[in-house]
Amino acid sequence: MNTIVSLLQAAICFGTVIMFGSLGEILTEKSGNLNLGVPGIMYLGAIASLTGAFFYERAVEVPNPIVCIIVAFVCAFLAAALGGLIYSFLTITLRANQNVTGLALTIFGSGIGNFFGGSLNKLAGGVGQISVSATSAAYRTNIPALASLGTVGDLLFSYGFLAYSAIILAVILQWYLNRTRSGLNLRAVGENPGTADAAGINVTKYKYLSTCIGAGIVGLGGLYYVMDYTKGTWANDGTIEGLGWLAVALVIFTTWKPVNTIWGAYLFGVLYWMNYYLPGLTRYSQELFKMLPYLITIIVLIFTSLRKKKENQPPANLGLAYFREER
Amino acid sequence: MSNEPKSAIRMEGVTKTFGSVIANQNINLDIRYGEVLSLLGENGSGKTTLMNMLSGIYFPDAGQIYVNDTPVTIRSPKDAYDLKIGMIHQHFKLVDVFTAAENIVLGLNEGGRYDKKEVARRVREICAKYGFDIDPEQKVYSMTVSQKQTLEIVKVLYRGADILILDEPTAVLTLQEIEKLFSVIRNMRADGKAVVIITHKLNEVLAVSDRVAILRHGEYIATVETKDATEASLTEMMVGKKVELDIARDLIEDKARRLCVRDLTVVNPDGITVLDKISFDAYSGEILGIAGISGCGQKELLESIAGLQRTEAGASVLFTDPDSGEDKQLIGTTPKKIRELGVHLSFVPEDRLGMGLVGSMGMTENMMLKNYSDGKSLFLDRKQPRELAERILRELEVVTPGVNTPVRRLSGGNVQKVLVGREIAAAPTVLMTAYAVRGLDINTSYTIYNLLNEQKKNGVAVIYVGEDLDVLLQLCDRIMVLCGGKITGIVDGRTATKEQVGALMVKHVD
Repeated sequence: MNTIVSLLQAAICFGTVIMFGSLGEILTEKSGNLNLGVPGIMYLGAIASLTGAFFYERAVEVPNPIVCIIVAFVCAFLAAALGGLIYSFLTITLRANQNVTGLALTIFGSGIGNFFGGSLNKLAGGVGQISVSATSAAYRTNIPALASLGTVGDLLFSYGFLAYSAIILAVILQWYLNRTRSGLNLRAVGENPGTADAAGINVTKYKYLSTCIGAGIVGLGGLYYVMDYTKGTWANDGTIEGLGWLAVALVIFTTWKPVNTIWGAYLFGVLYWMNYYLPGLTRYSQELFKMLPYLITIIVLIFTSLRKKKENQPPANLGLAYFREER
Repeated sequence: MSNEPKSAIRMEGVTKTFGSVIANQNINLDIRYGEVLSLLGENGSGKTTLMNMLSGIYFPDAGQIYVNDTPVTIRSPKDAYDLKIGMIHQHFKLVDVFTAAENIVLGLNEGGRYDKKEVARRVREICAKYGFDIDPEQKVYSMTVSQKQTLEIVKVLYRGADILILDEPTAVLTLQEIEKLFSVIRNMRADGKAVVIITHKLNEVLAVSDRVAILRHGEYIATVETKDATEASLTEMMVGKKVELDIARDLIEDKARRLCVRDLTVVNPDGITVLDKISFDAYSGEILGIAGISGCGQKELLESIAGLQRTEAGASVLFTDPDSGEDKQLIGTTPKKIRELGVHLSFVPEDRLGMGLVGSMGMTENMMLKNYSDGKSLFLDRKQPRELAERILRELEVVTPGVNTPVRRLSGGNVQKVLVGREIAAAPTVLMTAYAVRGLDINTSYTIYNLLNEQKKNGVAVIYVGEDLDVLLQLCDRIMVLCGGKITGIVDGRTATKEQVGALMVKHVD
């Protein structure tokens, strides 16, 4: 019983990181921009929040938890949105190839992240390991009365507020895309920008906004990763990159529907951590288990492609630049 | 209502160029409320470009546009909507995965909550007013072409458009659908709307419009009252030179059977029998016309012969080799083998780039698509395809900056010339063309007819699927009529009457 609870807890923490990544990427892709810079943008969000928190904690005697949260949050979101802005400028305004730009952004982000991560570790002195304990603690605060409800508390109420925010965000995004005029317009931009343009929708504005806000949301995945998942520390181990790619896979797995990320992300989490909880696995067979999330993404791709249901396909214009006077 | 019609749009000295190509030069045009104006011109004469400047897709290089006698600047489609101008494009601007209602409200800024029920109610109201028939909840990808067009019109009306521009609205419709469209257009005119139809079909101009404006090679020629115009006078203004009005038709005595089709049945993936036990012969030195309302199995018939369709058991398509006289069974072989035997198909689909050409490639490369495997060496031979491309460019008067310009940049009619020209140039034994002149202007159409006649004289068995009955009756030696996937009759093209063929086209046999 305890094993299952602890597996599920690990899965939910893990899932929250990639849920943010997927939600941001879904918003981006709905505008027809295939941003493969998700891992890089997660890095940007992670390192920016860590840097912000580090300097705030260093500047004051007793860090205020609320300010800690705001500083880290704003830093993560802005830095990631800036990454989205770079991507937008290159692909929307200059109409550069989206795949190349995205991959470049991934390399750029991980470089920036690891460079400043190393610098921060050095700045922190001591054991050579940065720790923003106050901010991390603020992010991991839960409601004690609920968290101590035994198994139920452990399973449902033992997380920081970001874990719940991700779920709420998924629901809000789903509602936005399907129930609002603006969401309808955004989907039209991703499906058929020519049509959207002819309908009087500002295609460029929608693409820019959804890509930058989407990137900001991806950055929150990085924020959650450093503040909650690794408890306010930095390690140059490339884990974020792996998580970023899983987030991209999750977008496909959910067939571009935000609410599906809720269970999809946790399922990926379970599959990812299962190898630690299954008895009798060697180091090699553990690695095989880590493939599972990617494997089921491929299976989902096969099934959605076989069924050819139009509603489950990626936005029709995904990956293509739009130019009004192109014939 | 005053007798003097109110001016809706006035264009003065409007000019638009694309690079070195002048699409519109110094155009003056007057569009009035309560009136249907036809914009007539050959392919590539700049009709669509001109109207795109009203709908905000393009911005004029020079000139002034007045809406309701006020000078305006239309910078984007949104500006056009604000000025109550709505355009129905030839290639529909619809999102496939959206419902009809979603497409209608797309981009609208009505304020208030986005209420699907209210939208559906207003859509039904418009439908009832003008006589449209669409379901607001139907997804666009499951609609027919005619339904999509209806949706486009409802869309602009929902936005309160008073000036409607329709770009070649009848190009993809059946006769009945065209009649329905015309009655809707008349309803809109009675309602005081200004309607512009871009077209090159003279009978439609005469049937539905009040005035005709004519463009030729990007220049404005004249505007005439429809009641004073005749087909001959309009043709002359449109093409600028006299067009040979009768199509040559030689009788070739020496005929030999090339194709023998027996019991050809095709069931489509939905389980519907689209071709039912088709049997006929095709002879060399003959043009066999296939008439029928669109979607009666013409496409499936040609594709079955070309090896692109799955046929039901029992079907037989025998090809008689002109050299050896041997009969060869085509069912069960590959499309490539069938091509090598000399059976060629050029199918012009509703969207011309959809089949047979690669939009981002130039003419030369498109020529290579069908015979790149002929070469012996490792590297591609570009010389012959380039010569072929240049010949087609010259003979069919394709308007393009060069043989290496991506065909996507060519106007629709020119794309089609490339498509048809390539198949004819391959010197086939059996040449099947479907809708070879779809969307082409008169001059080019005649060029194509002459090419087909030449093929016939050379002993090719030509199968011509057409839409225009007059052309079929004047071009073809025999006409086979399809209705609902069955042959309702094979008539002699020289003696048959239009009424006779028309009757066969709607004769459903059980």
